[in-house]
Amino acid sequence: MMYGYAWDLTTPLTYAASILPILLIGLTVTLQAAAAGFALALVLGLVFALLRRSRIKAVALTTAFVVEFLRDTPLLVQLFFLYYVLPDYGITLPAFLTGVIALGLQYSAYTSEVYRGGIEAIPRGQWEAATALNMTRWQTYRDIVIPQMVPRIVPTMGNYLVAMLKETPVLSVVTVLEMLGLANMIGERTFEYLVPLSMVGIIFLLLTLICSAGIHRLEKVLPKAGIPLR
Amino acid sequence: MNKVLAQQPDAASAAAAPVIEFRNVTKRFGALTVLDDFNFAVAPGEKVTLIGPSGSGKSTVLRILMTLEPFQEGQLTLAGIPYHEPNGKGPFRASDRHLHQIRSHVGMVFQSFNLFPHMSVLRNVTEAPAAVLGLSRAEAECRAIDLLRMVGLADKKDHYPAQLSGGQQQRVAIARALAMRPRVLLFDEPTSALDPQLVGEVLGVIRNLASEHDLTMLLVTHEMRFAREVSDRVCFFDKGRIVEEGEPERIFTAPAEPRTREFLQSVLG
Ligand SMILES: Nc1ncnc2c1ncn2[C@@H]1O[C@H](COP(=O)(O)OP(=O)(O)OP(=O)(O)O)[C@@H](O)[C@H]1O
Ligand SMILES: [Mg+2]
Repeated sequence: MMYGYAWDLTTPLTYAASILPILLIGLTVTLQAAAAGFALALVLGLVFALLRRSRIKAVALTTAFVVEFLRDTPLLVQLFFLYYVLPDYGITLPAFLTGVIALGLQYSAYTSEVYRGGIEAIPRGQWEAATALNMTRWQTYRDIVIPQMVPRIVPTMGNYLVAMLKETPVLSVVTVLEMLGLANMIGERTFEYLVPLSMVGIIFLLLTLICSAGIHRLEKVLPKAGIPLR
Repeated sequence: MNKVLAQQPDAASAAAAPVIEFRNVTKRFGALTVLDDFNFAVAPGEKVTLIGPSGSGKSTVLRILMTLEPFQEGQLTLAGIPYHEPNGKGPFRASDRHLHQIRSHVGMVFQSFNLFPHMSVLRNVTEAPAAVLGLSRAEAECRAIDLLRMVGLADKKDHYPAQLSGGQQQRVAIARALAMRPRVLLFDEPTSALDPQLVGEVLGVIRNLASEHDLTMLLVTHEMRFAREVSDRVCFFDKGRIVEEGEPERIFTAPAEPRTREFLQSVLG
């Protein structure tokens, strides 16, 4: 019995049917964590990419260091750090939020590299035209560079979304009740792991396929030349 | 055409105050000195063409004026504004604000057009007037339509650059530059990237502009016949210096310097 749903171990099929609602509750947590984490990674990554191109050397170098640090330390370490060490300094965050922040931080290091490549791929003539029209650096990023970069980075960003989705089970170590964690708990109580774990595997497979198809569609519908933001 | 272009101070003060003035400007790329003690002035409203061999530094002159390249020594002024500030920092030795002020007087048309591919023709021409000059969308569009009409492309306003020929793209680029109402317009080989049959339409637009008394134009071109036709003055440029300058008729028919003669022979055949 979990979340008011009792399991029925008569046959594997009834077992599967009886625990599906429980796993779906876990799935919503998984999806929420991935969505929030990825949104954070997209925003923070862009901020990092822009700061890294700052003309103020100290800002650029500090950002490069932070990004490198985030990228080179395991997600699990960052997660434990946020969850177990920060409370010692008076910062106690709910488990779910901790998980989202850890995912977002780690992946912002990856997305910032994608943004950086995307920005560097914009021809110099575009910058020069913007300068000749007296646009500021900020206006050039907002109106010229970022809109042209977006369609180019969608495929790579899509890969990172899928990767992050598959990494969400890590959050179970800080007590976030996502799908894999719930499947494990069901196994512990019924002594029957095969069905719940297989189901989690299949659900992840489906998620990944849907995600990839969605990104493919997005690639198709986005104008290749770029999307004006305003 | 007058109403779509900026109103400029009249040419009475022309002789007294050049709109562009290079004084002893030296420009280096690392160990390579591209401009060496360069002196050059352009009067308001004057149409000046720079000709010269490849690599002689013609583009560099325009790029310095457009603040796309810094220079190391000497003074440069545009409409009386010095490029370097007394305590200016960075490669340009000027604050962003100061550069912004300089750029408000000058525009540039590039060899490769450099239109914004993700924006419609209309948006290409309205973007900067709206974002930089603070014009309302309606005002910016009104101005843009007038200019597009002038370059003969009003009917293409909703097209994207990729849907236009090179000649059409360059005409949009000219309209885009004019929309900022510069006092000085720079053209860096505006027809060099075009198929031969498209050169004429772009030159036609520039020719019309050249009949505009207020706009100061500085052109780099390999179209000698065109240079002869539209310029008040032609400067033959070699190795970072002006070797010879004068009225187009004289430069093309009776060049005084052997190097000018040699160059003209090589390009005119
Ligand atoms: N960014 C740069 N870095 C180093 N050298 C450069 C750079 N830009 C130009 N140069 C060099 O400066 C010199 C002058 O170049 P510039 O482009 O001004 O010549 P140009 O007269 O416009 O020639 P062309 O007719 O081929 O366009 C050339 O020798 C060129 O190689
Ligand atoms: Mg050149």
